[in-house]
Amino acid sequence: MEWLIQVLNSVQYGLLLFLVASGLTLIFGIMGVINLAHGSFYMIGAYLAFALVERIGNLWVALPVGIALAAALGLMIEWLLISRLYRRDHLHQVLLTFGLILVFEELRSILLGDDVHSVPVPALLSASLPLTDTLSYPVYRLFISAVCLALAAAMYATIQKTRLGARIRAAASNPEMAQSLGLDIRWIHALVFASGVALAAFAGMIAAPVSSVFPGMGNQVLIVCFVVVVIGGIGSLKGALVAALLIGFCDTFGKVLFPEFAGVAVYLLMAAVLLFRPAGLFGRA
Amino acid sequence: MRARVVFVLIAVVLLAAFPMVAEKFYLQLVTKIMILSIFALSLDVLVGYTGLVSLGHAAYFGVAAYSLALLAPSDNAANVWVTLPLALAASAAAALVIGALVVRTAGVYFIMVTLAFAQMVYYFFHDTRVAGGSDGIYVNERPQTFIPGLDLANDAHFYYAVLMLLVLVFALLAAMLRSPFGRALQGIKANERRMRALGYATLRYKLAAFVIAGTLAGLAGYLTAAKEGYVNPEMLAWHQSGTVLMMLILGGMGTLIGAVLGTFTYVLVQEWFSGITRHWQLLMGAFIIAVVLVLPQGLAGLARARARRSPAPRPPGDANE
Repeated sequence: MEWLIQVLNSVQYGLLLFLVASGLTLIFGIMGVINLAHGSFYMIGAYLAFALVERIGNLWVALPVGIALAAALGLMIEWLLISRLYRRDHLHQVLLTFGLILVFEELRSILLGDDVHSVPVPALLSASLPLTDTLSYPVYRLFISAVCLALAAAMYATIQKTRLGARIRAAASNPEMAQSLGLDIRWIHALVFASGVALAAFAGMIAAPVSSVFPGMGNQVLIVCFVVVVIGGIGSLKGALVAALLIGFCDTFGKVLFPEFAGVAVYLLMAAVLLFRPAGLFGRA
Repeated sequence: MRARVVFVLIAVVLLAAFPMVAEKFYLQLVTKIMILSIFALSLDVLVGYTGLVSLGHAAYFGVAAYSLALLAPSDNAANVWVTLPLALAASAAAALVIGALVVRTAGVYFIMVTLAFAQMVYYFFHDTRVAGGSDGIYVNERPQTFIPGLDLANDAHFYYAVLMLLVLVFALLAAMLRSPFGRALQGIKANERRMRALGYATLRYKLAAFVIAGTLAGLAGYLTAAKEGYVNPEMLAWHQSGTVLMMLILGGMGTLIGAVLGTFTYVLVQEWFSGITRHWQLLMGAFIIAVVLVLPQGLAGLARARARRSPAPRPPGDANE
């Protein structure tokens, strides 16, 4: 039964990673922008959950408020900074968003300090499912997996089946053509960026009760998300989902089987994928 | 061209004269800046000349630093002639293995993959007990060359050794970039497909550039470990990789002078900010954002733009002005 718990943990971690990485891969795939500050939005989400729950006392109210704040932040950042980078070199995008990370981390330190915090699991989901006499599994972790799956399905449906999704796909494949056909590219870019930010912040918020809230959590998740995107193939949602789950298993079982080398395991997986498919599992070479 | 040579000579003379007037603090600060200049120069080979944006360059810096720390005897000074070649070889080996994987990728993939592999090296030193884990380890005494009259434990002597190495690296790279090999790298930056069509094995050239850059980064890492007397995983964290990239852009990549100028400016600005407030990272972040938006070509680009604006002969037939 021990292994079932590890499998459930792997799936939950993988799906959460997917939520963050999907924003990263969409922003790159649709807007051509590499956003190092994406991990910071995850961190901001977690700290928002901590700060809001402390004031409001309830994660269910904190969630929509936090998502709205994060989306507003995303719109503002896109309008002020990112929109100036569309035609620039990746190098400039890397540096500007690197500067943003420093700003966000320091603002976090000024406003909320450098302590590690925890966020209580909502009372409604604080129970555990008994698996055997001695082992049980927290319901909240199952809830995270379910929410992530639902969001993945919603994202897929939006992009593949709706009018808005068709516009987004058009903007991704040929921005000039889409623009000359009357689509408002700037608005689509702003929408995609804000959605990516909101997704990352939402992932941070629902992860806060299980992973604790600490400085540097954003950078940690960012780099793992890069690995997800590289393994899955840039711009591919399907790839991100498969890669995130692979990494979830690799990391969780790595920690159980070879604790000292767990940090290295996911990178070895990436190296193996790069050897055989330099453009990722679902990438277009 | 001649102006540039004169500029470099004046800079070297000024740097050589500096210890005669400087206090200890400033002597050590400029030593640090010169070491980081070597680091920035090494990255310029990749980013500025070959067009490969590496966001994991700190790994090779850190590997050589750790090599010195692991090789140094705990009770007396390490021998430079033994430890330096071994440390450089370790960095070169790391760059060769990682490079063989990453040069197969391009563009934004290259950025992410170099970062991810550097992070793997970071976790190796951070999580395992090979070299002190997250605390790092001390290098109790500065390595020595055992040349009579040269005592690297003396800050002024160390300063001159670093200055000499900086000049050496600068001259070496200037020569390399003028050689057919260097021209090929610049050709790859301009148009890799065309270089391939011309018969160049571009992957091998990129790998060679990656290993050269990694080895020189190792030199900077070795000197940093020798100067500071300790190493820790932060030396190879991605923060360090981002910082050196920023130094390069600030100065203007693709020029050797720009790499050095950028390093001086960056570190001095950072010293200034950290004197103003404890939250200097906020100012540094804003500074970086401003540089990217306002000065995308760096300080060297500023100088070029000024040169272009200075009175030039007006083209014939242009009577509108």
